Amino acid sequence: MTNKIVVDCSTGEVQEIALTAEEIAEREAMAAEYAAQKAQEKADKAAKAEAKAELLEKLGITAEEAQLLLS
Amino acid sequence: MATTYTLISSVTVGSGGAANIEFTSIPSTYTDLVLKLSGRSNRSETTEFLNINLNSSASNFDNKTLESAGTSVYSGSYGTYIGSIPAATATANTFGSFEIYIPNYAGSNFKSVSSDSASENNLAQNYQDLIAILWSQTAAITSIKLVPSNASNFVQYSNAYLYGISNA
Repeated sequence: MTNKIVVDCSTGEVQEIALTAEEIAEREAMAAEYAAQKAQEKADKAAKAEAKAELLEKLGITAEEAQLLLS
Repeated sequence: MATTYTLISSVTVGSGGAANIEFTSIPSTYTDLVLKLSGRSNRSETTEFLNINLNSSASNFDNKTLESAGTSVYSGSYGTYIGSIPAATATANTFGSFEIYIPNYAGSNFKSVSSDSASENNLAQNYQDLIAILWSQTAAITSIKLVPSNASNFVQYSNAYLYGISNA
């Protein structure tokens, strides 16, 4: 069982309360959303790297040479 | 300049861990709030990411984050994200440090929140964050909740201290 800690500042009482089914679902949804966001970031990064490699190939230069041109 | 710094409440997580830490019924008698957290998560990674909810809400947050992670630096807008803490595969027994500052929390204007944190991992991957949040709500803040992003738990001995600051 997963508990949350709730501190009542008006009384100083600290309670450990089991998460409700709704809170567990919220927590799982947040984790799924975070995982999806990370997967998207990874896919975007891979797509960008692939596009860069294709462009360098088209131009017939290396990444170092491209960097030199931009410096 | 603050002339008083009063502990409102504090908590240390027990052996069972905690899914989140929430301060409720925060009195409106101070000018500003400061929340200090020393935390670690049981997520099976080096790092867990924390979110803040105000008055049980995760909506109307506008976030600006400046973050370093290992040798990389990022900036972005990440909603309720408030910083990171070490997790299960980080250096053993290290805890991340946070200071979250909320000025004029009981006023009727939108609320600003700033945070600085370090995840304290003596390995390659380590996070430091400087975060500014605007919470576009006019209600006085009466509760603050810290929630891990990946359904993990705060481990034993994580602790949080909520202080009230008065300017007079």
